[in-house]
Amino acid sequence: MLLQTAVSAASQAHPLSGTIAEWVWLLPILPLAGFVINGLLSLAGAHFGPTDPTAAEHEHHSEGAADASAISHAGHGADGDDQHAVKRHRWAGVVSVVGPGVLILSFLLALGIWQAMASAQPAAPFIQRYFSWMPVGDLHIDAAFQLDQLSMLMILVITGVGALIHVFSVGYMRDDPGYPRYFSYLNLFVFFMLVLVLGANYPVLFVGWEGVGLCSYLLIGFWFNDKANADAGKKAFIVNRIGDFGLLVAMFMLFANIGVLDFIGVSAKALDLGAGSALVTTICLFMFLGCTGKSAQIPLYIWLPDAMAGPTPVSALIHAATMVTAGVYLIARSSFLFSLSPVASLTVAVVGAVTAIFAATIGLKQWDIKKVLAYSTISQLGYMFVGVGVGAYVSGMFHLVTHAFFKALLFLGSGSVIHAMHAAYHRTHSNEDAQDMRNMGGLRRYLPVTCVLMWIATLAISGIPPLSGFMSKDEILGSVFARAQGSTLASATWLGIPGSTLLYIIYAIGLAAAFLTAVYMTRMMLYTFHGPARTGTEEEEALHEAPWIMTGPLVVLGILTVFGGWLNLPEVITGIIPLGPRELLAHWLDPVVGDATTRIAAGAAQVPASTEQALIGAAVVIAVAGIVFAMTRLKPDRLPRKRDAVPEHGFEGVVAHKYYVDEGIERTIVEPTYAVSRSFLWRVIDNGLIDGFFVNGSAALARGLGWVGSRLQTGNVGIYAWVLVVGVLVMLGAFTLR
Amino acid sequence: MLAESLALTAALFVIGVIGVLIHRNAIIIFMCVELMLTAVNLTFVAFSRFYGTAGQVFVVFVMTVSAAEAAVGLAIIIAIFRHRQTIDLKDINLLKG
Amino acid sequence: MASFLDSIGYNLWVLPALLAIPLVGAVIVLMLPVREPAATAAGVETPAARQVALWLFVLEFVVSIGLWWSFNPADTGWQAPIDIGWIPTWGVRFTLGVDGIALMMVLLTTFIMPLSVLGSWTTIRTKVRSYYALLLILTTGMLGVFLARDLFLFYVMWEVMLVPMYFIIGVWGGERRIYASLKFFIYTMLPSLLMLVAIIYLGLHMKGADGTPDFSYDRLLTGAVGMPERTALWLFAAFFLAFAVKVPIFPFHTWLPDAHVEAPTAGSVILAGIMLKMGTFGFLRFALPLFPGAAMNPTIRMIILILALIGIIYGALVAMVQPDFKKLVAYSSVSHLGFVMLGIFALTLQSVQGALMVMINHGISTGALFLLVGIMYERRHSRLIDSYGGIARVAPMFAAILTFVSLSSIGLPGTNGFVGEFLVLIGSFRTYPVLTIIATTGVIFAAVYLLWAIQRILFNPLDKAENEHLTDLNKRELAMLVPLVAAIIWLGVYPAPVLRRMEGSAQLLVNRVERAGSLPRVSEAGR
Repeated sequence: MLLQTAVSAASQAHPLSGTIAEWVWLLPILPLAGFVINGLLSLAGAHFGPTDPTAAEHEHHSEGAADASAISHAGHGADGDDQHAVKRHRWAGVVSVVGPGVLILSFLLALGIWQAMASAQPAAPFIQRYFSWMPVGDLHIDAAFQLDQLSMLMILVITGVGALIHVFSVGYMRDDPGYPRYFSYLNLFVFFMLVLVLGANYPVLFVGWEGVGLCSYLLIGFWFNDKANADAGKKAFIVNRIGDFGLLVAMFMLFANIGVLDFIGVSAKALDLGAGSALVTTICLFMFLGCTGKSAQIPLYIWLPDAMAGPTPVSALIHAATMVTAGVYLIARSSFLFSLSPVASLTVAVVGAVTAIFAATIGLKQWDIKKVLAYSTISQLGYMFVGVGVGAYVSGMFHLVTHAFFKALLFLGSGSVIHAMHAAYHRTHSNEDAQDMRNMGGLRRYLPVTCVLMWIATLAISGIPPLSGFMSKDEILGSVFARAQGSTLASATWLGIPGSTLLYIIYAIGLAAAFLTAVYMTRMMLYTFHGPARTGTEEEEALHEAPWIMTGPLVVLGILTVFGGWLNLPEVITGIIPLGPRELLAHWLDPVVGDATTRIAAGAAQVPASTEQALIGAAVVIAVAGIVFAMTRLKPDRLPRKRDAVPEHGFEGVVAHKYYVDEGIERTIVEPTYAVSRSFLWRVIDNGLIDGFFVNGSAALARGLGWVGSRLQTGNVGIYAWVLVVGVLVMLGAFTLR
Repeated sequence: MLAESLALTAALFVIGVIGVLIHRNAIIIFMCVELMLTAVNLTFVAFSRFYGTAGQVFVVFVMTVSAAEAAVGLAIIIAIFRHRQTIDLKDINLLKG
Repeated sequence: MASFLDSIGYNLWVLPALLAIPLVGAVIVLMLPVREPAATAAGVETPAARQVALWLFVLEFVVSIGLWWSFNPADTGWQAPIDIGWIPTWGVRFTLGVDGIALMMVLLTTFIMPLSVLGSWTTIRTKVRSYYALLLILTTGMLGVFLARDLFLFYVMWEVMLVPMYFIIGVWGGERRIYASLKFFIYTMLPSLLMLVAIIYLGLHMKGADGTPDFSYDRLLTGAVGMPERTALWLFAAFFLAFAVKVPIFPFHTWLPDAHVEAPTAGSVILAGIMLKMGTFGFLRFALPLFPGAAMNPTIRMIILILALIGIIYGALVAMVQPDFKKLVAYSSVSHLGFVMLGIFALTLQSVQGALMVMINHGISTGALFLLVGIMYERRHSRLIDSYGGIARVAPMFAAILTFVSLSSIGLPGTNGFVGEFLVLIGSFRTYPVLTIIATTGVIFAAVYLLWAIQRILFNPLDKAENEHLTDLNKRELAMLVPLVAAIIWLGVYPAPVLRRMEGSAQLLVNRVERAGSLPRVSEAGR
């Protein structure tokens, strides 16, 4: 096997060589194996067509409709029925073991590697070269993995949270006829995600980067029988492709200028690009375009809300915990580039801040429980970008981790709610919307566990101490404040605005978004779990808490949500209350992002502890104010059901319609492109000008000349003979008379 | 001597040409063509009297070719007649453009 | 493996054998008995013809695959060379040879051909023997083009290729087959004649020792014909037109949608998979190395690059709005071949290697797409995208493979499509950064048109009653698609062996053209 044979000389001396870390390749291979097994199982029931397809068609016609319906409803591999159809796949049992099993194995392996890493404390990344992928002249792209503290952190999140969500999925999706297909996609996703975080160079990262996009596409459109779902999947892929274009161009520029694409090489040569030069800024901005696509930031955030069309565990895994954070990871991974360009870094922070508040306002007026969470995710991703944008890479990654905990919990909790609502509506054969909060209400009586856990997550995301969300969000805001004076960012200017001013504005936006977060999350909880039940009396009997296989992962995530903050307790807190060791994560990530952080923060004034405590106090007050505001202003008892609801007017209506951004893009970009392509490029240029005028025109010209000539051919041999004789005589005469 | 022979052959040839030009019956045209060939043959023979035997060799060639031509030509005419019940050139104009 | 091949003298006979097997095979197929007892039952005249043809193509593939091992990547010269006198008075010689570029094209051809026979298995029911005989003759022509080292021989093979395809489209094609085949023939024939003139010019000016013309490619490369820049420009133009139509470069592409759509499945597969590469191969083999001065003229180079760029984006946009899936795939070829042209004329090692990869990948992915369209057409007799919808539900295997092949055509990393496009773009960026950035947007459009199409075919509600009868792939169809799928993965994950075999020839080409293009021509300097 090619794997493992080629180990670069550098890694021979590495403290991790010879340890369990050598098995790092197995991490993605396990889910890949799961994908293959589940994928084959999902096709196992497919029938081979007849040897002669044409003949078969006639047979079918003669056999009539009964046979046809038997084929189309046979279930087996031929799935894609919507989620109402309850038809357990015959291999469901195997899939339930294989699907989550590979993830749990991967997670255990990841724990082992983490153990080895924690004891070895390597200062340099552990590179494993497997084979040469694209060697062309001076371009060397290896299929190689890079294991360092940053990728280790991501691996633990992906496999850990991933395993929990896989387990949850067993309960959530077991009765779906496409069950093996679902797990094969999910396993494939984890494979690509691990490739993304393990890749030792940009092209390998890009394999994972687009691969997760593919899985996202497949899973959003999982119930493809509904056009809306298939549309949403396609939209996600295409919008992501726009971002990928940016990442590609960034890679081209790196190669053209410094001739390397692996992380170690680029970080070593990054200074050759020139600190603060236009070149490095351009590279970073193109790269950031890729991040805005994958991580749903302005202007490419539009796909994420639609992505909620996928099954809810998918939203939890892909569209909250892991894939959408890939952009944050990329910037942290490329900190050696971004830290060289204050302008690009500020751009990241500004886009993050604007996205955070923009998405939060939309979240205020959504009725679909998953849409609220989707906009909340966009908003929280904005926070992460603010973090990595201001060069607080640890804080950004910290928020990424805690967000993975509490947002996965929120999504899975909403999954459990939807599961219950679905079961209820399914029982009464009602066509009501199972995801609309106007149809819920009072669910705490039926889903007590879910309700409590989701409240914990809501408090965490709102920033209530000492929950994890409070710690990480506060660190980001604190870093913004700290860097507003004296850092390289503060002394740079962005579009004419001094960096220092900009950072204060970002800080203010961050606080405002925190307030809105508290409001919309409390709103969601109130409408879903409190007040009177709006489900309908008959349905209420069918409402019940999810089975243990679903609540179990929720409880684990709840614990992580509460204690996740311990990963990186800030000094300002441990200084007052000795909760535990401080800044674990910062120490852990120091070998990877330490230099870049120092470079950006260089010269930043130390914020006095008293100021810092005051800032924390203000943030907590704002969060509490948001919750109280929502509790007092919102009246869940007066909410009409969805079918009785009147559409919002004025500004509220604009917000409820997400500022008409989708419609605007449809009108200004999508439709004109199609129209121009169809009626101008195809009809006029291709069919009319090139083919009609030039090609067929020249054919017509030749035919016309031929027609003129053919008129001379009467077909009468006598006339030909006369012409011949006259011609001979004329020539003879000409010769004679000359 | 040569002049008379050439006058005779020229007359024969012109008769053939006129025949080809004014007749519409394929058989007659065919016979006129044969007449033209005969005139040419006579010319060859007449010249060979004064300039060596090459002319006579040509006559043999021409006769061979005209025999072949007669075979093919007559066969075509018969085929056309069978097909269309006429050998009038006016009606045989498939190559009309 | 290499020593085994040596022991059987493989390099001495392989190239003539590759040309001879299909020719002899064509005769064998034509001599098969007209009507067999089994014929009526199968509904196909002389079903033995297809079996014989299949095994002949398999034999051809097995014979050619030895080249993979016998080829020495370190040697940039001709390998397995053959040199026999042919028409002494004109100085035409029967010279064959394989280099890294030709190697991959030959293997691609012999790989695609058996699959295209499988693709014709049940669709060709009349004049079966002639059909397979033509396919076999076509193979000789195509391989001859790739292997020829004599310009005259090259031209003969170039035209040999044209005639069978003309009949394949014209006899077994769709409704507008006559129009399409005639258009294809005239469109490609006309500039080919210009190329013939140029070839004759070169042959007459490159006298051999005894004063006869000489068409030797190798001698021509050494600059044996001294010509003023203006002449070189005209000769380049003649070659350019012949190849540009074949590629096809915008705006010479309009024969392609018609020919692809009307051709039977195997015809489309061969057209797209192999014959389109003749154009780009021609640029690499002839137009660039023979006239580097003209090709590297900044104006001409910029015009060609811009045409390539237009091809990439225009092809994608027009593909997007096609109601006919086969036409969509046809226009997507214009887009993909635009990448090849960009890579060739950007002229860096990476971009040329990338262009070669795109050529191979396009053969595999687009070939597979045409086979899949053929499968759809055979069942429903419609190529219109709107006739389908939701068929992933009744034909999951078909859906899985169509999705996968489309993704490779889109250039998803991990599939072959990515490797080619990535190398083209990263290489072109070094010489033409702005053009490359524009070209990179092509990857977005590719996703738009193909995903939109497969959504309307595979996904969405299964709302048409006819489609509920649709049957999934049968074993023959699976057998013909699986090798393509395997190739897609292999070339996407581990293309290094392929790249290594092509690198020497690509590097030689780049050096040669760059060096000669940057200097005035030797002979001219001497004047």
